[in-house]
Amino acid sequence: MITAQSDSEFLSEVVFDHFLARHSELPDWLVKQKQASWTEYLALPAPNRKMETWRFANVKGLGVEGFRLAPSLSEEDSQSLIENSQNVKETSGKLVFGNDDLVAEEALSEELSAKGVIFEPLERAFAKHPEILEEFFMAQESALGSEKFAAFHTALNRNGTLLFVPANVEIELPLVSYHWANGGESAVFPHTLVIAKDNSKVTFVDIYGSSDKESAQLACGVSTLYAGPGANVEYHYVQNWNEASLSFNRLTTVAERDSNITAYGLNLGSKHARNEGHTVIEGAGSNAEILSLTVAHKEQEIDQRTLQSHNAPNSRSNLLFKNALQDTSKTIFSGLIKVAEEAQLTDAYQTNRNLLLSPTAEANSLPGLEILANDVKCSHGATTGQIDDNELFYLLARGIDKPTAQKLLVFGFFEEILEKINNEELANYHRELVHQKFEIA
Amino acid sequence: MSVLEIENLKVNIDDKEILNGLSLTLPKGEVHAIMGPNGTGKSTLAKALAGHENYEITGGSATMNGEDILALEIDEIARAGLFLAFQYPVEIPGVSIANFIRAALNSRQEEDIDAVAYYKSLYAEMENLGIDRKFTSRSVNEGFSGGEKKRCEILQMAMLKPEFCILDETDSGLDVDALKVVAEGVNQMRGEERGILVITHYQRLLNYIVPDKVHIMMDGRIVKSGDKSLALEVEERGYDWIKEEIAAGV
Ligand SMILES: Nc1ncnc2c1ncn2[C@@H]1O[C@H](COP(=O)(O)OP(=O)(O)O)[C@@H](O)[C@H]1O
Ligand SMILES: [Mg+2]
Repeated sequence: MITAQSDSEFLSEVVFDHFLARHSELPDWLVKQKQASWTEYLALPAPNRKMETWRFANVKGLGVEGFRLAPSLSEEDSQSLIENSQNVKETSGKLVFGNDDLVAEEALSEELSAKGVIFEPLERAFAKHPEILEEFFMAQESALGSEKFAAFHTALNRNGTLLFVPANVEIELPLVSYHWANGGESAVFPHTLVIAKDNSKVTFVDIYGSSDKESAQLACGVSTLYAGPGANVEYHYVQNWNEASLSFNRLTTVAERDSNITAYGLNLGSKHARNEGHTVIEGAGSNAEILSLTVAHKEQEIDQRTLQSHNAPNSRSNLLFKNALQDTSKTIFSGLIKVAEEAQLTDAYQTNRNLLLSPTAEANSLPGLEILANDVKCSHGATTGQIDDNELFYLLARGIDKPTAQKLLVFGFFEEILEKINNEELANYHRELVHQKFEIA
Repeated sequence: MSVLEIENLKVNIDDKEILNGLSLTLPKGEVHAIMGPNGTGKSTLAKALAGHENYEITGGSATMNGEDILALEIDEIARAGLFLAFQYPVEIPGVSIANFIRAALNSRQEEDIDAVAYYKSLYAEMENLGIDRKFTSRSVNEGFSGGEKKRCEILQMAMLKPEFCILDETDSGLDVDALKVVAEGVNQMRGEERGILVITHYQRLLNYIVPDKVHIMMDGRIVKSGDKSLALEVEERGYDWIKEEIAAGV
């Protein structure tokens, strides 16, 4: 199927009217929200070098005008995406999106549905569950510089995942959504909303990818996780857009009383990726583990900004971001821990480790603390270095050749993150992707 | 030819001469010990032979079975059959013992080792050295006690079956029980097909690994050689009498 293209589909000032005309199915409350967001998007300034939140970033490469609303997929393209959406086999449910349309779905078991679990594409959920979405959809503010892109997302998003887990429901196997971009110049707006109520337990995985290696695409996504009191939420995202693409992602995680959150990010793709991660400790006694692994090569730029906001006492957050850089790739890590006055007895840690595998790679690190409470344990640390000579000597002295020894040490660097993933299938999937990328380089 | 032959070896670190003409012959089938005060260059000898780049060879030769090992790269020396048990084993985060030793074995053969056979022999050697099986998945040396690190060195030696072994202060940090286990592991590896050089500055280890020859090293060279009774004499009298002997030109 060939979709007729018109200039109005490119992401110019007039695209929004075109978008609304194309999606007359959207409910009124949402259209209103979108209209306000579009106005906001147009009014907000584009990122520039003078903005602290965009320091070190190559802001020139962030224009969106060259992309257009992604066209619908042909039957054939959909089929091939579905075939490629098999990375995690043991799941409790699966959604596959291609160019923001739902192309395949493995629904929840009857048992989970009967317990009140909701796992729906937003295209249906907007109509079916307005009570949830009116309250939670895009309810969090941007805190790290992406206001303009969040507004852009709100205006042009039309699909994604709603996962709602009622109180006391535990879901053993992970739920997975695949988000594919297909074709040149395509823009997609993936969304994730996970709401885990009191004492529930769930693991959710977002996998982002492109159907080919060359077509430049734009992804502008927003994900929000709510861990209710005592809830246990594990989240994985695999950013594997092709290396011609520009991607933005904003992840906000809200931890209520006694909740446990673990977020694993794997950054492999994009020409230029901007990730913002905001962890909001809202309830006492909560615990957040925030982990990320990036393997960058060639001319990739991976820009990660994080904020750990402690607004409640007696909680812990631990962030570890590891980046391995080859060729002339560039990473930016900017992390801030903010501890409010009432957040006594906070334990908050932030670590960024960069492994430079090429003399022309560039790792920027901007760690920071802002502490208003007086009884806290906080630390931040950043290290950037090459493969350790002593470690290399030890491996060589056992007869292991240099390329193999270096590979073992780099994989060892990755393992500090990978070994923390309890689900073996997921751990091996992440491991395979990382190794693959490193081998190709 | 089945011999590790070091002749008049001179080694600098940062332009400072540490080894100044060291000679030593270790034939296969024998165990030799080197004793000497701290800072005399024992570890320097071990690392220089292993090919460490920081140790600049300024003179002399070292051959293994007739092959010039000073001309080889670090990994080539190891594959040629020299094994160094480190005085300070290095922690390798994220690389499990199992994967590490397997990579070392695979580097020595065309085809990768069969996984089942590999684990079978690994478990057998671990049991022999009193190392718990759960160590296979632990990162090499990371968070190990001093004794665990030393056992892990001997485990590697047992798995790699090198022709020549240099054990650098393998006894340090070990209590008597651990010392016996490690010594037993080394003794099992003694034989016609292997030469072993034990570096220590305590005679204690040599009660358990009884050497064929003992060399005393001072100021960067071997100054006196003898049989195992020399170690006992050093234990009793210290090193000063040897210094005096040298000064007197004995
Ligand atoms: N990496 C190094 N850089 C500079 N000096 C060193 C280094 N390693 C050892 N040395 C020096 O070389 C001498 C011999 O050290 P070493 O071989 O470790 O002695 P031993 O093992 O006999 O105690 C000492 O004076 C020590 O300070
Ligand atoms: Mg020493």
